[in-house]
Amino acid sequence: MFGKPSRTSRTLQYLALAGYLIFLGFPLVWLLSTAFKPPRELVRLHPTLIPDNPTLQNFVQAFTEQELGRAALNSLQVSLASAVLTVLVAMPASYALARFRSKLGTAALGWVLLSQLFPFVLLIIPIFLVLRQVGLANTHAGLVLIYVVWALPFALWMLQGFVRNIPRELEEAASVDGATRVQVLRRVVFPLLAPGLVATALFSFISAWNEFFFALVLIKTPDLATLPVALARFVGIEGTARLGPLAAGSLLATLPSLIFFAFMQRRLSSGSLAGAVKG
Amino acid sequence: MTTLTERPDVERAGSARRSNRFRSDRTTIYLLLLPSLLPILVLSVFPLLRGIYLGFTDARAGRNVEVSFTGLANYRELLGDELFWNSFKIGLLWAVGVTVLQFLLALGLALLLNQQLRFRGVARVLAVVPWAMPPVVVGILWKLVYHPDAGLINEFFHRIGADGLRTNWLGDFSTALPAVIIVGVWAGMPQTTVVLLAGLQGVGRELHEAAAVDGASTWHRFRHVTLPALAPVIVAITSLDFIWNFNSFGLVYVLTAGGPGGKTMLPMLFAYEEAFRYGNYGYAAALGNVMVVIIVALLAVYLRRRLREAN
Repeated sequence: MFGKPSRTSRTLQYLALAGYLIFLGFPLVWLLSTAFKPPRELVRLHPTLIPDNPTLQNFVQAFTEQELGRAALNSLQVSLASAVLTVLVAMPASYALARFRSKLGTAALGWVLLSQLFPFVLLIIPIFLVLRQVGLANTHAGLVLIYVVWALPFALWMLQGFVRNIPRELEEAASVDGATRVQVLRRVVFPLLAPGLVATALFSFISAWNEFFFALVLIKTPDLATLPVALARFVGIEGTARLGPLAAGSLLATLPSLIFFAFMQRRLSSGSLAGAVKG
Repeated sequence: MTTLTERPDVERAGSARRSNRFRSDRTTIYLLLLPSLLPILVLSVFPLLRGIYLGFTDARAGRNVEVSFTGLANYRELLGDELFWNSFKIGLLWAVGVTVLQFLLALGLALLLNQQLRFRGVARVLAVVPWAMPPVVVGILWKLVYHPDAGLINEFFHRIGADGLRTNWLGDFSTALPAVIIVGVWAGMPQTTVVLLAGLQGVGRELHEAAAVDGASTWHRFRHVTLPALAPVIVAITSLDFIWNFNSFGLVYVLTAGGPGGKTMLPMLFAYEEAFRYGNYGYAAALGNVMVVIIVALLAVYLRRRLREAN
């Protein structure tokens, strides 16, 4: 990019890149390899990087014997409900935020930033007490409610950006043609907003799917546990032979967010969504 | 904040007729906003304020427990609590260690990815994958890598004939904290890399070319052209990283649960145990308050110094 680099500096650059690839890639390869190893190879004194006899047994086992199947279903329910609710609630508000200038927009964004600052332990106790009072502690409904509220500030901020990109002239043209406000929203705004709504739904889905702390504290009944909590419990059970199903379950738990990231690739690489998913 | 204030609202300067119509829309606006604002107020603003207040009370777990305001009693107790100081020190080591390493490594990777190198595409994809993983899965993944018998690292040392280096990475007093810091770096590096890369792509090429024509070395161009242009991005992402790392929970909970012997007991883990193992809600909330104050103080010092440097 800047002039012609010398051969030695090119070599150094490739060496550095190789170092990064090893650091980033090998742990992933190890997870894959463990997930496909039969029990006999897992307990072997010196494990290999590539399984000798790869098997799908671990995946089957993870979701039949290990209670992970139920947890995956729980996670799916909770995440889907959060995604749908977040979109339904955020849609009207983001339209208002984008089309009518008000201090509320700034406040919403301020809240996004501020909420990063506070450790969850400050929030979880009062939230737990509130939910218990209305009988929603230890229920999926309570968890969904929390996830929606926590996804909302960012969802609003993201979605109102999408609304702003819809030219206002389109709406005005429609209303000149005699469309009512509701018709304008339904026929003009929502169809154009579809990509933004999908992005918001995905964001909310993934936040809920990956979330661990609230689920750990709020859900006490093992049958209601979500996937991250079930996986974390599973870690406690020692025994090398059980690492296979654990790795398999972890891989499957990663799939939704991998798909999300593939979907958002272009936005991510432009950095505009850099703050989207808290690390 | 910029997205909200930057764009001048052209329509606003529209005719009086339009502004009248907008005024009549005020009720509509509030109706549109209500379904969002109400839940946020009830389940996030209110709990936060209540949480801050709980830090000044003796609240405990259990139904029908009398809660009374105790002022600074919790904080006096914290001052004398050796476990708290221990956890606080570990938290700082962790947060600073992870943030600094993460930044340096991410900057290196971003600079490489900004060059015309082969395998750049693979590196870009790999650089994002850890970001896409749930923290719990990252924890499990590295537990497999560090596993004393079936782990990648111990097997590597065996293969290169360095059996003496094999150890129980997460279970040993001296290696546990460095081991979890490496995991923290691995998990947080992608996001930082992506942000820095976006920043690099915004650095003007002309400046570089002009500097190169003037005979500036690569290092000089990096130091005097790239870094100053990148400074605002660096300050923003390192500040956020620091906050996230200091408040991090799931990763270390899965890896070590604070062990061995409290060697990796991050403040959040400590607060979690206080609240949900021992039921000391007030004390845990007080700890949360202290964490916020510390983060704000450290960030203020950091941002002020950066600002002074910039001037």
